[in-house]
Order: sequence, then C-alpha cells, then structure tokens
Amino acid sequence: MTFFDLARRNVTRHWLRSSLAVIGIVIGVIAIASLGIMGNSIGLMFGDMVSDVGDTLIVSPATGVGGGKLTDRQVTDITRAVGSNVVIPFSSTGDRISVGDKESAAMIYAIPAGDIPALLDVESGSYPKETGAGCLIGSQLAANSRENGLKLGARVRVGGETLRVVGVLKERGMGFDINPDYAIIVPYSWYSSHYDEDDYDQVIVKVRDVNDIDAVKESIEQRMNRREDVVNVMDTRGILESVFAATESITVFLAGIGAISLLVAGVSILNVMLMSVTERIKEIGVLRSIGTRRGEVMRMFIYEALVLGLAGAAIGGVLSFCTGYLVTVVFAGNADYLFHPMSLLYIVFGMAFGVITSVASGLYPAWKAAQLNPIQALRHE
Amino acid sequence: MPVISFENVSKVYPLPAGDVVALDGVDLAIEQGEFVLIMGPSGSGKSTLLNIMGSLDVPTSGEVTIAEKRIGGMDDDDLTLLRRDHIGFVFQQFNLIPLLSIVENVEYPLILKGRQNGTRERAEEVLKAVGIEKTHFTHKPGEISGGQQQRVAIARALVNDPDFLLCDEPTGNLDSKTGTAIMTLLDKMNREEGKTVVMVTHDPRMTEYADRTIRLVDGRVAE
Repeated sequence: MTFFDLARRNVTRHWLRSSLAVIGIVIGVIAIASLGIMGNSIGLMFGDMVSDVGDTLIVSPATGVGGGKLTDRQVTDITRAVGSNVVIPFSSTGDRISVGDKESAAMIYAIPAGDIPALLDVESGSYPKETGAGCLIGSQLAANSRENGLKLGARVRVGGETLRVVGVLKERGMGFDINPDYAIIVPYSWYSSHYDEDDYDQVIVKVRDVNDIDAVKESIEQRMNRREDVVNVMDTRGILESVFAATESITVFLAGIGAISLLVAGVSILNVMLMSVTERIKEIGVLRSIGTRRGEVMRMFIYEALVLGLAGAAIGGVLSFCTGYLVTVVFAGNADYLFHPMSLLYIVFGMAFGVITSVASGLYPAWKAAQLNPIQALRHE
Repeated sequence: MPVISFENVSKVYPLPAGDVVALDGVDLAIEQGEFVLIMGPSGSGKSTLLNIMGSLDVPTSGEVTIAEKRIGGMDDDDLTLLRRDHIGFVFQQFNLIPLLSIVENVEYPLILKGRQNGTRERAEEVLKAVGIEKTHFTHKPGEISGGQQQRVAIARALVNDPDFLLCDEPTGNLDSKTGTAIMTLLDKMNREEGKTVVMVTHDPRMTEYADRTIRLVDGRVAE
C-alpha cells in the first residue's frame, strides 16, 4: 500500500465521476492527436504530390516581351549566367494524337534530346535520339491507354507525322516545371521542324548545390533584366517553403483546437478534485493528526489527478490511433501517413498533454488539501 | 522526566469581539505509565489542552515538552512527525480511513515512517493484541461494529509504539457494555504494557480506571 495506491482507490471509489473526468481527457487527447495527424497528412500529401526537391529554377519570359517566348540567344545567355549548372529549355503544346484508328489528345513537351536524361527517368525502353522520330510517354498516359495500343514500341501519330514510342517514363508526380505523367515527350529538333518553331517556352535550371540557388537566381536576373524585365525567375524552393509553411500553420491551428478541448477537460478534473477534497476534509484531518505530513497529503491528491490523466491518456492514445487511421484514410486516402514519425509524435504529444493537463489541474486542489488545518478538518462533519 | 509537561501554558484565541483565553497558565506533568483523566465542563479548555498535548496546536505562551521535545518553535512538519512517532490518537468517532481495510488502517502509520519489511506482520500482531479476529482483517471499517472499530483505532494508535495514548471520549459513541470492554482494553494496555494513557471525558465513572484526574475550570487546573 502506497500513496499512489490510496489515490488509485479513491479514483475507483467514485467510479462514475472519475470516468466522466477521464472521458474529458480522452476526448482532448483524441482531438489533439487526430487533428495533428490530419494537418500532418495534408503536409505529407503536398510533399508527395510535388516531386521537386527545391533545386530548380524556372525561367519564363516576362509577359508581353518577344511574344512570350525565349529565343535561342536568350537561352545561351542564361546558360552563361548559371555557370556549370544544367540548363534545360523546353516548349510545350497540346495536340491530337492517334494510335492506329484511335484518336485522343495529349500534352506534348519538346526538350532537346541531350537534356532529357537530366530531367526525366525512363522506366522501360530508352531515351530518344535528337535526330530520330522517337518519343517518350508519361507513366499515367501509358497506364491509361494500354488498351489503345499506346505502349512501348507502338507508333503514334502526332499531327501528320508518325513517332515511335522508345521509352516509358517513371512516375514523377506534380511538378512546378513540367508534368510529364500524362504527356508525350519529343526531341526538340523534331518539334522544331514539325511545328516550325525556333523559340522556347521556358527554361529549367537545375542548381547543383541548393545553397547556391539565390546566387544563381540573382545572376540570371542581372544578366537578362538589365534594362527591362525580360524574364521571370521562379524559385521552386520558395514555393515549396510557402506551401509547407501553410500546411504547418494549418496543423498548429488544428492541434490548437484540440488543446482547447483538453483545457475544458482540465477544468472538469479541477472540479472533480475539488469535490474530492471537500468531501474528504474529515479524512484529511484524520490523516494529518496521525502523522501524515502536508507534502504527503499533497502527493496523494496529485497522484489522484495523475491516475485520471494516465487513464485518459492511455485510452485516448489507443483511440487516437483508430481515429488517426480514419482521418488518414478518409481525408488523405493513404493510411501510411499515420505511421509517419510526425503523426505518431502527435499521438505521444496528445497523451503527454493529457497527463500534464490533469496533473496541473490537480495542483490547486492538492495544495488546498495540504493547507487544511488538522484541528478544523477533524471537527468537520 | 515526565512524558508530557506544561509550564505556565496559555492559549489565547484572538477574536474580533475580544480575545478568548482558552488556557490560562496551566502547569501539569504526566509521568511515564500513568493513566490520567482530564475532566471539566464544556468551554473549560479541555479540547485546547488535548490539541496542544497532541501537538496539533501550539500554545500562545509557556513551555510544552512532549516526549522530551519542546514544541515551541517547531514547524508543521516537525509537529506532524512528533504526532507520528510519539503520540497515539484515539478519537470518539473512531476515524478509521474508509478506503483502507482493517489491517491496512493499522499498517498505515508504519508506512508513513518509510518503507520497511514486516509492517503487515506488525499490524496483524497489534490487531490480535486488541482482540480483533483474523477473519476481520481484510474487511473495510464500515463492515464491522463500532466497538470493533474502536479496537482497530486503538491498534492503529499503538502500532508505532507511541510514548502515550491520547484518547478523546473513546467510549462516547459506544453503548455502555462495549464502552466497558474498550476501557478494559485501555486499562490492560496501561497495566500490562505500561502505556501512558491520557483521556479526556465527561463520564465520572471513568475515574475508577484512572490513577488521577486533572480537572479544568475556565482554563485553569482546579486543585
């Protein structure tokens, strides 16, 4: 028998009252954990959708200058400005495509054949040659049009000409530069002769060292925008950062809502504990008179709050796992997000917060119990 | 060296309507092995005297020595430890802890002294000595009779081997037959074990058990 044991017994003495207080904590823990998991999943979802890791600059013509295209010369200037970093110019268009007698439409990206390996990975097949009439197809396009016969080795007609599918790309996800998953990628020279076009839509600059990204951006802007704004340089890291900052504040906001519910639970624990102290004034008087010190009385009551908090946190932790599963499946469609360390951390965080709230709520009643005058407490009926 | 000694002890309660003098220059000494009754009409200062003897309260002036310790200048923790280690309380209303079983109630003061082995055995031994059967040990206080509860309370008071028992109307809530049995038990503890017993009571029949009686009138010891 210890003080902890005594506290546990007193909690179970008022079974219903203690259960109600525990339910408050349980709800608070679940609210913090599942809302935190939800916010975290939103962030992870964005992270998965966006394939760029933030090492990319996208140079596009400033609107209204040169018909919205970048000339060969400008691309050369950019190449000079960025030093040893990789420069990939490209153009894009949409066109009707047909395989056999089946027609559809697709996005077409034209990239100099030599630059394709730097930007895209091939799942099967090989990269097209600059001079040949080969093309690559995106993974989703390949998956969606298998029955159309659009697959590795198939012949596809774009406009009036026939291209051979020499490779299928790996899935890349949504990007800030190009989205090749649903597209056809052709060598730029084929595109240039077929569409009679010598300029580029945009230039992708892959910066080797992420820390150089600001310097490279600066260098391009200095060289190109000397007199007037000729190009816009977009920094994907900046975009990513703002996206993640936004999801982070969503997470904090959601967890904050959870914290409020836990605060309410704390008030109910405070109430239960104050009731417990008031009911047991005489008992406290007896305990004090037969030699229980103030600190020991205080410990007894803090343990009581701790027992409530631990019970609430344990039940809440288990239920958080269940609701977290629901949240990730329903909102994010991917239960794997639940097992992400950050998501699990939110469950631990919720539980810890539950225990801390309970004990903090028990402090005042415990102090009050310890301060009772033993003579008056003994006389209390 | 007396177990309890009061030298010119006064206790004054300051109230808005004027000070109330509960004890007025009390001198007394209770020796080892005595059975002393404290009697007096209500308002005579019995409760105050009892509280000070039990180191639940401290005097306004004068010197109180309990178990060879002066209680003047002691803080709350010191007074609590004095109660725990040197004084056995027996109350009119038994005051057992309802959460604890009979044997745990008796074990509790031992546990307060810190973890040690054999607390359960010691509690059972004392319970047997006050006449509680083994079958009752695991019951809760509410499940046994008043007389038995008072026996358990006496066992609790004795378990730490105190310097004296301080009894506040121990038979006040019992019928006369059970009360006599309790008095016989206290008398036995006094005679056979040599326990010092100090008892506050209204009941003049109790004088037959006592070695002497201290009578209080208006906060003074009446000769």
